[in-house]
Amino acid sequence: MKIRAQIRGDVADVKVLMFHPMETGLRKDPITGDVIPLHFIQHVVVFHNGTTVLDAQWSQAVSKNPFMNFRIRGAKPGDKIAVSWEDNKGEKASIETTLE
Amino acid sequence: MRALAFGSAYVATFAAGWLRPVQLLAAQWNEAAFGAKAVADALNNIGATSIADSDQIQLKAPEIAENGAIVPVEITSRIPGTQTIYIIADKNPQPLVAIFDIASNTEPFISTRIKMGESSKVRVLVKAGGKFYVTSQEVKVTIGGCGG
Repeated sequence: MKIRAQIRGDVADVKVLMFHPMETGLRKDPITGDVIPLHFIQHVVVFHNGTTVLDAQWSQAVSKNPFMNFRIRGAKPGDKIAVSWEDNKGEKASIETTLE
Repeated sequence: MRALAFGSAYVATFAAGWLRPVQLLAAQWNEAAFGAKAVADALNNIGATSIADSDQIQLKAPEIAENGAIVPVEITSRIPGTQTIYIIADKNPQPLVAIFDIASNTEPFISTRIKMGESSKVRVLVKAGGKFYVTSQEVKVTIGGCGG
């Protein structure tokens, strides 16, 4: 997972890149011909200093290695922005950055 | 003693910044809406029974997407009190793509990338003050991005 945040005025512009196959369950393995099972991020939550500011639910139709850009008001240097995701298999990942 | 103190501080930071967020995943994943195969069913399952067209939602998406696996979508809502933004690709096998619940101090803006199985209307719904608003755009897809 990668995160990049920039403050403009009191708004933090945050870009996040998650590493995930986002399998639709429709693709077949090109060699074996077996269907590749559904595997996708279902939940993404963004925290600003520990408070939830964005709560997303996704389907398998979000692109592979999902990208998300969002903007948080009332941000200042030193604030912490954290992003967590959880997929349909219960796998989880988080990342945190401190605004400069 | 010093090592112990550092250890406790580390644990506290770790718990606040990393472990808690994952446990705090708030909204229940809307299985009925995401599983719906028809747009009307998806709309019913998000509670959007009455929807007004709005020119206060800006949707930036390509008119022609060469690769349906990566269609950039940028949404800005100018509707006061925007609570939730929904992305729907009408002709996807399951049309509802994403739901974004937005806190009052988050700008009603989202940029992301979605998959489209074929050329289709892309709808963006906004829920504000308990009411639903919509804007839409046709996106032509040269190579579909669902199977293959």
